[in-house]
Amino acid sequence: MSETVLSVQDVTMQFGGVVAVNNLTLEVHEGEIVSLIGPNGAGKTTAFNVITGVYAPTNGAVTFHGKQIISNFPKGKMEKLYAGENKGRYKKTLEPTPDKITKMGIARTFQNIRLFKELTVLENVLIAKHMRMKANIFADTFLLSWKEEKKMKEDSLELLRILDLYDVKDEIASSLPYGKQRHLEIARALATEPTLLLLDEPAAGLNPQETDELTAFIQRIRDQFHLTVFMIEHHMNLVMDISDRIYVIDFGKMIASGTPNEIQNNQKVIDAYLGVADDE
Amino acid sequence: MTSTSFLQYCLAGVSIGGIYALIAIGYTMVYGILRLINFAHGDIFMMAAYFMIFAMVDFALPWYVSIVLVLAATVALGVLIEKAAYKPLRSAPRMSIMISAIGVSYLLQNLATYLFSALPKGYPSIAFLTKTITIGSISTSVVTFITPILTIVFVVLLMQLINHTKIGMAMRAVSKDFETSQLMGIKINRVISFTFVIGCFLAAVGSILYFTPRPSVYPLAGSLPGLKCFIAAVFGGIGSIPGAVLGGFLIGLSETFIKAAGYSEFSDVFTFILLIVVLLFRPTGLFGEKITEKV
Amino acid sequence: MRDMTEKKKTQASIVLSLLAVVIAALLLYCVNTYTKPTFMLRTVLQLGAIYALVAVSMNLLNGFTGLFSLGQAGFMAVGAYTFAIFTIPVGSRSGVYYLYGVADWLANIQFPIWGGLLAAGLVAAVLAALIGAPVLRLKSDYFAIATLGFAEIVRIIVGSTPMNRVTNGSLGLKMIPKFPNFYFPFLIAGICILIIALLLRSSYGRAFKAIREDEIAAEAMGINLAKHKQMSFIISSFFAGIGGALMGMFLGAITSTTFNVTLTYNILLIVVIGGMGSMTGSVLSAFLVIAAREWWLRFLDQEMVIGTFHVPFLKTGFRMVVFSIILMLVVLFFRRGIMGTKEFNWNFILKRLDKKKDAKPSAGGESA
Repeated sequence: MSETVLSVQDVTMQFGGVVAVNNLTLEVHEGEIVSLIGPNGAGKTTAFNVITGVYAPTNGAVTFHGKQIISNFPKGKMEKLYAGENKGRYKKTLEPTPDKITKMGIARTFQNIRLFKELTVLENVLIAKHMRMKANIFADTFLLSWKEEKKMKEDSLELLRILDLYDVKDEIASSLPYGKQRHLEIARALATEPTLLLLDEPAAGLNPQETDELTAFIQRIRDQFHLTVFMIEHHMNLVMDISDRIYVIDFGKMIASGTPNEIQNNQKVIDAYLGVADDE
Repeated sequence: MTSTSFLQYCLAGVSIGGIYALIAIGYTMVYGILRLINFAHGDIFMMAAYFMIFAMVDFALPWYVSIVLVLAATVALGVLIEKAAYKPLRSAPRMSIMISAIGVSYLLQNLATYLFSALPKGYPSIAFLTKTITIGSISTSVVTFITPILTIVFVVLLMQLINHTKIGMAMRAVSKDFETSQLMGIKINRVISFTFVIGCFLAAVGSILYFTPRPSVYPLAGSLPGLKCFIAAVFGGIGSIPGAVLGGFLIGLSETFIKAAGYSEFSDVFTFILLIVVLLFRPTGLFGEKITEKV
Repeated sequence: MRDMTEKKKTQASIVLSLLAVVIAALLLYCVNTYTKPTFMLRTVLQLGAIYALVAVSMNLLNGFTGLFSLGQAGFMAVGAYTFAIFTIPVGSRSGVYYLYGVADWLANIQFPIWGGLLAAGLVAAVLAALIGAPVLRLKSDYFAIATLGFAEIVRIIVGSTPMNRVTNGSLGLKMIPKFPNFYFPFLIAGICILIIALLLRSSYGRAFKAIREDEIAAEAMGINLAKHKQMSFIISSFFAGIGGALMGMFLGAITSTTFNVTLTYNILLIVVIGGMGSMTGSVLSAFLVIAAREWWLRFLDQEMVIGTFHVPFLKTGFRMVVFSIILMLVVLFFRRGIMGTKEFNWNFILKRLDKKKDAKPSAGGESA
């Protein structure tokens, strides 16, 4: 088996009395495309938010390329309120902010597109390259780092070329058609030079044709950029087509995992989805 | 400090605190509903003082008629400001409404300078309010004594109104969720106007109580008290009426005692430092609700 | 091919910009040579340059980084006082501090003007660094109020009795060195604005804009929010400090009330009229607003009789009322200001020229 890129261990996320993610454990291996599915409100995005550092988990840990990057345990008020499992198993507090996580090599997109709306396509990508910049603010202001900046711009343009966004590089991001905005969000995430890409409902709002193209697109960028992809998605066709493995959660708890075939025939999954079948 | 002077300071502190509380309610209610820091509120308070001068000095009306006129005029001014400067920006980003509020404050100050000149103007004294009374060992003016009482009466009435009437329920609904309550058929604009009516009414009452024991009014007279009352509102947790009242009393008391200790120059510094410290440790104040942003 | 034209365009812009600077300098030279020292235009231009600098520095924070600060006057006060304290000639100190005397450590220190300006910026920046770490954690409105509160604290402390022997307490400071020549404020403001412009076009400037557009996305793209907000706050305060020092030089005398909340509001309204997020907008608006307020609207303050007709409303203070009504109209109906978030650039004009060239042969035909 190839190397484990991401490993989520016993992660519980509790808001007040509500347990949004309950004791979630999963693994994503190098080069895989893994999907996280589940009915609306199952806690998928919350799980993403924990992995990317937006929320510190109430309990549990996250390991990335074999190194623990996030760890927490219930304390303060939560100590009494805690309703999850594995209390006492984790004793370390490690809560990096989202920018640190991105720097380690995990990039993400958002369910409701969050581009820098009033900036151009090129600027959107350049901003994602900013954190890798070596020059300090003085050097950069007084043009002493023009070589580095030139390289940054060239790399960004190259990336836009690869992702078919070169023609619109000077357009304002919010003026792009919806499908292109989705592409740009992925391009921007790639500009941070990740090894793991988290996609939060990349097909949401796309028409059937665009959704079909997305499958090839994701596979293409995985191969071209040597990525591991972990995504949340509702479009079952896309999920079944593209995923190497699937995790299913409902009410914050994992109810099944396996290959697309196994999941399609899993009774628990079918039950969980019955109530929202018309939603898809 | 003797026990008599201690009591004297307590009364003075509670009295000024009561006035702060009355004004702070206006800030907190508007913020609760529009999520707007109404920077013009302190200047409305200042305008109320000029209205009083107008009524009692320029028109020589008796004090009871003047008070009614001042209350009515201040309320009218507040509603007018809402309609003219805030309503057109209902769907604009919050920063724009805040800037508009700053613009209104600027306009009111300049208007006051134009109409009444930048020089301080004497505030009329209402004979029965400035009379000195003696209770036990403390002697004080009537106004100092009745201010906290009036404050409590108004707060109790306001709480009744908000908790037990239909318009009060609408106000609570709007402050919880602006859009949903609109969808539920609540007439948003009426609720907002009503909020300004209450806020300005209390500011006018506060203005009369604040300026009666003071000699004069000038166009910038509302800016610092306004700021302090906003701090009181933040202190108690903006959006919460009991919080604003508590914040008002606390700031009034602490300010009075700092002055008593001989640091009157720094009493405002203390208030601002208090604000920053409160914001750092409890960003939503003592009674404020926690807000989390959805990703 | 494409890149070639782009390069050409950049070169053309640089040439045109330099040309514009030369023309501006020539105009200033003409103003200086051919007008009487008391002519209003001179004052308006100098004050306009100072306001342009402080407006741009406020815009860096409010318009480009999305941090709604109301502390500008506080940092200007710090700058102005620092400058004044260190540059008032040693010989005239006893006259300035006639009531309280001057602190011993200060009595014999005197900086040259450039040293004073630098010190003004640095002290303001250090102060910003100190209060930035806690205050920048606050969300929008709370941040605005906290910075406003901070500015008031500065003002009160500067004018308080324990500071008597340093800031001369409530009496304020006078005999502050005047501008060494007519061009001085333009030179300093120009250099500072140029530095801010360079900063905004750098990668760091882009990061600031990203924070303005969407904090959560910016953080997800690896931008350290705390660090970048802090940088923007410090840099903005540095230039506000220098702006304050220039203001002190312009006025010659300052007291703590020079830097009250109204000053912050003035600057904010200039920024809003110019367009939040447009530097050229701020500069343009600074000159326009100052000219309107100090010069073009002056007549509103004087009573006027035409024939036997006494023009109503005109008396002291009416100017500011009209001025604030204009401001309110801009705020309400032209929310994006003069420039919105756009910057003036030569490309637009070049494009126009190109079009005309293309259009000539076809004799006014509509070439798309």
